[in-house]
Amino acid sequence: MSIVAVEDLVKKFKDLTAVDKVGFTVERGEIFGFLGPNGAGKSTTIQMLATLLKPTGGRAWIDGHDTVREQFAVRQSIGLVFQDPSLDGNLTAMENLDFHARLYNVDPKVLPVRRRELLEMVELSDRTRDLVKTFSGGMKRRLEIARGLLHHPAVLFLDEPTVGLDPQTRNHIWTYIRSLRTKGGVTIFLTTHYMDEAENCDRIAIIDHGQIVALDTPAGLKQMVGKDIVNLTSKNVDRLAGEIAERFGLKGNRLDGQLQLETEQGDLFIPRLLAEVGSAVDSVNLHKPTLDDVFLKLTGRAIREESISAGDAMRTMMKRRLR
Amino acid sequence: MRNAKAIYTIWLRDLIRFSRERSRIVGLLGQPLLYLLIVGNGFASSFHLPYAPPGTSYLQFMYPGIIGMSVLFTAVFSGISIVWDREFGFLKEVLVAPVPRWTVAIGKTLGGSTVAMIQAAILLILAPFVGVHLSPQIVPAILGILFLIAFALTSFGIFVASRMQSMEGFQMIMNFLIMPLFFLSGALFPLRGLPAWMGYLMRIDPLTYGVDALRNVLFASGPLRAVFVQFPIHVDLLVVTGMALVLVGAATIGFNRQT
Repeated sequence: MSIVAVEDLVKKFKDLTAVDKVGFTVERGEIFGFLGPNGAGKSTTIQMLATLLKPTGGRAWIDGHDTVREQFAVRQSIGLVFQDPSLDGNLTAMENLDFHARLYNVDPKVLPVRRRELLEMVELSDRTRDLVKTFSGGMKRRLEIARGLLHHPAVLFLDEPTVGLDPQTRNHIWTYIRSLRTKGGVTIFLTTHYMDEAENCDRIAIIDHGQIVALDTPAGLKQMVGKDIVNLTSKNVDRLAGEIAERFGLKGNRLDGQLQLETEQGDLFIPRLLAEVGSAVDSVNLHKPTLDDVFLKLTGRAIREESISAGDAMRTMMKRRLR
Repeated sequence: MRNAKAIYTIWLRDLIRFSRERSRIVGLLGQPLLYLLIVGNGFASSFHLPYAPPGTSYLQFMYPGIIGMSVLFTAVFSGISIVWDREFGFLKEVLVAPVPRWTVAIGKTLGGSTVAMIQAAILLILAPFVGVHLSPQIVPAILGILFLIAFALTSFGIFVASRMQSMEGFQMIMNFLIMPLFFLSGALFPLRGLPAWMGYLMRIDPLTYGVDALRNVLFASGPLRAVFVQFPIHVDLLVVTGMALVLVGAATIGFNRQT
């Protein structure tokens, strides 16, 4: 049975349909990603799965529990890391974990071991007695991941887990996420608007305007866009084009004085190509389709990176003002 | 059992936070001290209480009122601090936990009440300086009354917080809810001989009965009782308990609607 099952989920806010008949399943142990621009319905979907929002229509199950009828069972079987920190800054790291453990009824006998393991995993063992308000953004996020895992949830939801973090910390967090999978057990469900992050997922659902427009593995999604593109420069492009057509049966396109070839698995094709006609080639450039290309093709526009970073900057500013 | 654990968890957090905020404890002591020292001594030398026997100090009358004020401020702020928890995101951690919402509301009420009780109890040290005799036997009774008042007022704070979107409305609440509750509580002047409209307002202020209960216990015997105390103790306790129950109900319902 799928660990997460969603059927025709709908959420309407007055006349706005934030989530429009979304359906998918996530298998146990998967890293499943929701990719889409801000406002696409990612967070709203997560909130419905986490029983924080009541769906307008449709149903969803987590580990076999209905998200509307079995709220507490669902809550017990999920861990959540929100976009914005939800720690108590006036408590120490340890106290924040203990607070969580009590609310989730973690057996006090196993708690010390679990707590230590998780704090080691997120590399905060030496800061357990420090107040959380002295932590950096990255440390807070790491502590939240540890906290979300403390009660051994079946699914860990990560809503934009790396927003607002520096690239090094982002890599760190991804190391933890991947290590969770190798240890087995927990299923990861995350949302992101970073293409490079989505590449880490086993499967990705691309969501736009509240609907899933594609759902596949990263490689599968990229195949939708087309083949790899190999760009060649040569002193005599015409002759090169002729030779390639003859030996490989590939018809190239001329583009800005370059020869452009479309082929599957370009990384394997290039050595073969150079072995045959290498002397006539000056330079080679391989372009593999990216998720950006996929998004562009599916939605007709690039993911709105700029408006997103503006939104993030705004949110960071707001938070700073509040603190 | 599990619900009791949840209530305890929420309560414990408030106590840990309280124990850590030394500056807040001192800050919250400052206001009652200012009232007692400046307002109290000022009034004491300019006016004297009607019907009071000679030698009665205004400070003696005001002292239980100032303890009530300390409970009022600490308790209501504890309740309203839920708005802060919401703004700083921590409330989400609580709202997604697999425990019923009412346990959170009750835990928060108990936490705020305990903190307010401790905060007010610190002021008991001042009793000898204002001419109030405090025998050890009555301290438990006083703590009990303080807790009861604090419970009602923290619930009130939580109820208010559940209707507030942000801390922006805080000044309004301060001016139009908390200060009137204080002024009308009989903390600064007795109920006797006031204009009728004020008398009515004072009678619907829960703090009036709390402060009166404190005076009942502090001046249980002696000539001052007849002058300072306005209602019999069982009336005070019944009214405060009744209000506490109504307010904690309102707080729980209000908190349940949180998203």
